[in-house]
Amino acid sequence: MIEARGLTKNYGATTAVDGLTFDVRPGMVTGFLGPNGSGKSTTMRMIMGLDHPSAGAVTVNGRRYGELPRPLCEVGGLLEAKAIHPGRSAFNHLWCLAQTNGIPRSRVNEVIELVGLRDVARRRAGTFSLGMGQRLGMAAALLGDPSVLLFDEPVNGLDPEGIRWVRNLLKGLAAEGRTVFVSSHLMSEMALTADHLIVIGRGRLIADLPVAEFIAQSSRQFVRVRSPEADRLAAALRNAGASVLSEPDGSLAVTGLPISSIGVEAGRSGVVLHELSPQAASLEEAFMELTHDSVEYRGDLLGDPALGDPAGSIPNGAR
Amino acid sequence: MSATSPVTTAPTSQAAGTGASPGDLSVRGVLASEWTKLRSVRSTVWSLAALAVVTIGLGALVSAVTNNRWRTFSFADRLTFDPTSRSLRGVFLAQLAIGVLGILVITSEYGTGMIRSTLSAVPNRPLVLAAKAIVFGLVALVVSEAVTFVAFLVGQSLFTSPVPHATLGQPGVLRAVVGSGLYLAVLGLLALGIGSLIRHTAGAISTFVGLLLILPLLLQAFPTSVQTALGKYLPLTIIQAMIRVQPTPKAFAPWAGLALLGGYTLVVLLAAGVLFVKRDA
Ligand SMILES: Nc1ncnc2c1ncn2[C@@H]1O[C@H](COP(=O)(O)OP(=O)(O)OP(=O)(O)O)[C@@H](O)[C@H]1O
Ligand SMILES: [Mg+2]
Repeated sequence: MIEARGLTKNYGATTAVDGLTFDVRPGMVTGFLGPNGSGKSTTMRMIMGLDHPSAGAVTVNGRRYGELPRPLCEVGGLLEAKAIHPGRSAFNHLWCLAQTNGIPRSRVNEVIELVGLRDVARRRAGTFSLGMGQRLGMAAALLGDPSVLLFDEPVNGLDPEGIRWVRNLLKGLAAEGRTVFVSSHLMSEMALTADHLIVIGRGRLIADLPVAEFIAQSSRQFVRVRSPEADRLAAALRNAGASVLSEPDGSLAVTGLPISSIGVEAGRSGVVLHELSPQAASLEEAFMELTHDSVEYRGDLLGDPALGDPAGSIPNGAR
Repeated sequence: MSATSPVTTAPTSQAAGTGASPGDLSVRGVLASEWTKLRSVRSTVWSLAALAVVTIGLGALVSAVTNNRWRTFSFADRLTFDPTSRSLRGVFLAQLAIGVLGILVITSEYGTGMIRSTLSAVPNRPLVLAAKAIVFGLVALVVSEAVTFVAFLVGQSLFTSPVPHATLGQPGVLRAVVGSGLYLAVLGLLALGIGSLIRHTAGAISTFVGLLLILPLLLQAFPTSVQTALGKYLPLTIIQAMIRVQPTPKAFAPWAGLALLGGYTLVVLLAAGVLFVKRDA
């Protein structure tokens, strides 16, 4: 159980985390979602006692991190930046951490086995590939068999096989009753892994809800209609009670009227149809819409996505 | 590999089973961890090997050259000749090796991000810094003492009659040898403190070298009276007095000088500890 109360962090003039209050509960994977620079990593570092909050507090199992008697046996963390000396072997890296918390050597070998690094355990960590480094980070997090686990962007840079491995690991840990808190900026990844979502933007809490609820809310359907007489059709559909938006490519995005009624209205007005197809906003688009106003660094690519009625170029869940 | 059923293989209680005092971090465990860290990276071996080679090698070189040029020495030179300090000349270079190692003990953790793993395991930051200082200090002391003794013995063996050589039994000789090793260990701790304050390897090494070698050069630009008044506070003056058997003018007595260096080190380490606790990792 992680409890944040009014958690705030200022770096000079920047407010990286702004009055966050949330709970992360055991027995499920909680996704921590936010655009780049929204304060996810900062929050994670504060949970682990590495950065000091400017205001507010965060506790793990009811205590501040610094008050945990043997922190590795209660909290395991995989942070954003690699926290490994490249000149040290995987075994020695884990062993020097284990010694501080009175964790036996046998457990070091166990976690090495667990993450599949046995054959390279004596090799310098600096020679590891990204995926192997990530596995070593996982091993360190699991070392003390903790009940609370934090992972900051654990799938970053991993190949599909590695991503699936991490996903299964997280789910397995949660299924064992542990508290699993994992950050990401990919909604699609979280939809597959997480049970609950905490969404932040610019350091502020935007949403705190079950994934299922988020999906139900966001997979709003709309119908794409193409017609050479789009304007006339739009007027007719609006008369019938639909809300209609013209897309840049000349198509219409229609909501508020079932697809069959749209066809009927078109026929009644004698309008030719070139396309009549049901669409759904992808989770990624729903996420972007949610965090739209709080994106820190927005490239031109994002432009101004009128996400309420998106162009539908990204099929639902296909990414 | 199946990833879904993994962690249960280790019951939570198992971790609690070992030597650590129940429910708390053990100081012994933290010390053991720092020892593991120190011995498991190559920079330690390199720095210590460099320390041994330069100290013994330079001492031997100076001694051998002195031995060959004895005939050219004036009568006054022969009267004040100090075979001990000649064989310990390498200590001046050893200062750099021990300083770099002391700095790396802490800055390498910042450079690699390891500090975050360290502090996740041991949130008690003063304990981390103290354990680092104790483990490194002991290693530095043992190695430095061994190296100064060997440098002394090798150097003396190179003096051949009629050149006088020193023995450990003569007054002041043992003090010079033991004191030089102690000086190096304390200087290494001072460097560790500087590393902890500055947190970047390059910046810390520059600062250390500046204080050790550049400051004495700058002082030369001042009038002699100022040099005399301030010069004795420099580490370089302290070690110059330490390797000599005879008293050194314009310097503190050897042990007083070492105590002064210890004072500097304590102040720097305390400041480092305070900042370590205050700053974000
Ligand atoms: N040590 C620091 N000093 C100054 N500013 C910082 C520091 N750490 C983070 N910030 C700023 O705080 C904000 C939040 O950063 P943070 O790394 O927590 O975001 P994030 O959500 O993890 O982003 P990303 O998805 O890119 O990893 C950013 O504006 C960042 O520039
Ligand atoms: Mg981040």
